[in-house]
Amino acid sequence: MDIYLPIAELSVNGLLIILLGGGVGFLSGMFGVGGGFLTTPLLIFYGIPPAVAVASSATQITGASVSGALAYLQRGQVDLRMGGVLVAGGLVGAGIGQIIFSALQTVGQIDIVIALVYVLFLSIIGGLMLRDALRALQAVRAGTPAPARRARHLPWVAALPGRMKFARSGLYISPLAPLLLGAGVGVLTVIMGIGGGFIMVPAMVYILGMRAQAVVGTSLFQIIFVTAATTLLHATASNTVDIVLALLLLLGGVAGAQLGVRAAQKLSPDRLRLALALIVLAVAVRLAIGLTWTPAEPFALFEGA
Amino acid sequence: MIGRLALCGLLWLALAGAAPVRLITQLSQARIDINTSFRGAELLVFGAIQYPRGATPDRPPDIAIVVRGPSAPVTVRRKTRLAGIWVNGAAVRFESVPGFYAVAATRPITALADERITAIYEIGTRNLQLSPASGADDATTRAFEAGLIAARARAGLFAERAGGVQITRGVLYSARIALPAAVPVGDYAAEIHLVDRGRVIASTSAPFRIAKSGFERWVYVAAHEHSLAYGLAAVLAAVLAGATAAAITQRRW
Repeated sequence: MDIYLPIAELSVNGLLIILLGGGVGFLSGMFGVGGGFLTTPLLIFYGIPPAVAVASSATQITGASVSGALAYLQRGQVDLRMGGVLVAGGLVGAGIGQIIFSALQTVGQIDIVIALVYVLFLSIIGGLMLRDALRALQAVRAGTPAPARRARHLPWVAALPGRMKFARSGLYISPLAPLLLGAGVGVLTVIMGIGGGFIMVPAMVYILGMRAQAVVGTSLFQIIFVTAATTLLHATASNTVDIVLALLLLLGGVAGAQLGVRAAQKLSPDRLRLALALIVLAVAVRLAIGLTWTPAEPFALFEGA
Repeated sequence: MIGRLALCGLLWLALAGAAPVRLITQLSQARIDINTSFRGAELLVFGAIQYPRGATPDRPPDIAIVVRGPSAPVTVRRKTRLAGIWVNGAAVRFESVPGFYAVAATRPITALADERITAIYEIGTRNLQLSPASGADDATTRAFEAGLIAARARAGLFAERAGGVQITRGVLYSARIALPAAVPVGDYAAEIHLVDRGRVIASTSAPFRIAKSGFERWVYVAAHEHSLAYGLAAVLAAVLAGATAAAITQRRW
């Protein structure tokens, strides 16, 4: 099923794109990550121009996150107040990120910086999750009950002034903490062209100490708004949103997200975390190889630049 | 000396005037539409060589057909290693790089005519005048140019096919030019050159156009001319698709 994409200006195998969207959507619903960190590199490997890949996957993530977030909302697993604060921070961060992005673009090294930031964050987060998941699984195998993970936020979070009650998250902390977190992830969202869930989810657990049930749903809720803003930014600033590509990805993505949510309820959370950790590390290794191995083609073309 | 040159010129004019060889050409399509199912196209270039008084030459002529698309500037960067990481290093900017360039000929281009002639008519990817616009020395520029041509050839956008032109009974010629799905839209031209004993003795050209049509065109225009509305529509479509999927799966539970 070949389909010509009007903005990317090339012909793709529609079925393959739908399957790609489905796979990423599944992960999205399962882990509360947008999946952009997988969609964008995979689309670029397929031959879609990077700018179009980044912009269109943002659109797709919006849809997949709506699908996932609604499923979690019905279970009461979304902390709307926490989500609101994160979105507010995220929008501020996106603005700052846009300024940094433009500065890097003028230097002509944006793709290298993006890859480096990816490798850095994916290795740190993947490593942390892997350590945690392995520890928990080992405890289960040894017959000892898994050490109860106490929801504890970092000391500096408690030191911030002003407190607010986040009932669903089981937190009574300063709203400045999630605001700062949202802003930080917002900056990375624009630079890396992703939803930011794979950074947000661990940050909510490890930095804020949120209750585990509310983490994924709230992350998805936050992603909806940040990626919607990103889509509008790309559509107006660079005309790189390919609606046909986004809809193809969505077709598979929304269905995948629903299946992912269902699977997440059945699987053990430790195995889930182990799986995500391995996926994240695999992407990091692939990107590191791309950065360090001698390229087959020593020249890179920049059209119209 | 000047007189002899003038005489030569007059003689040549007289001969050329007395025996003009003309090329008649036709394209299979004057317009190629890109629609949703576009997977590339094939352009058939065909025509006839018209000799004066219907005479055919004793030896078969050579034909070179050049198809080129709209030109645009391209910056080529060479990857260099910096602390173990490959970064984009030195850059050379080329001002006029055709988005598509294909040449089909009856023989390998080097056997067709000498370098001067093929360079004048820009026959062959190596003879393209890409207008490098940086202060780099000749050798560097040539290396970057080779990199650019190789990258375009890999994408199927630059092609050279010796033996791609068929000549029937010394007067009819035809060639099929493959246009990949990634061809840029815009105004194209097919140039046909008749080469005899290393000299181009007749040339003609036929224009054609590659454009998006129907839905593809509508989306493209919307994205560029009503970008905010387009962006909002994209977000709305995404939200609706997500909500619909959630509603459908919810009902099944």
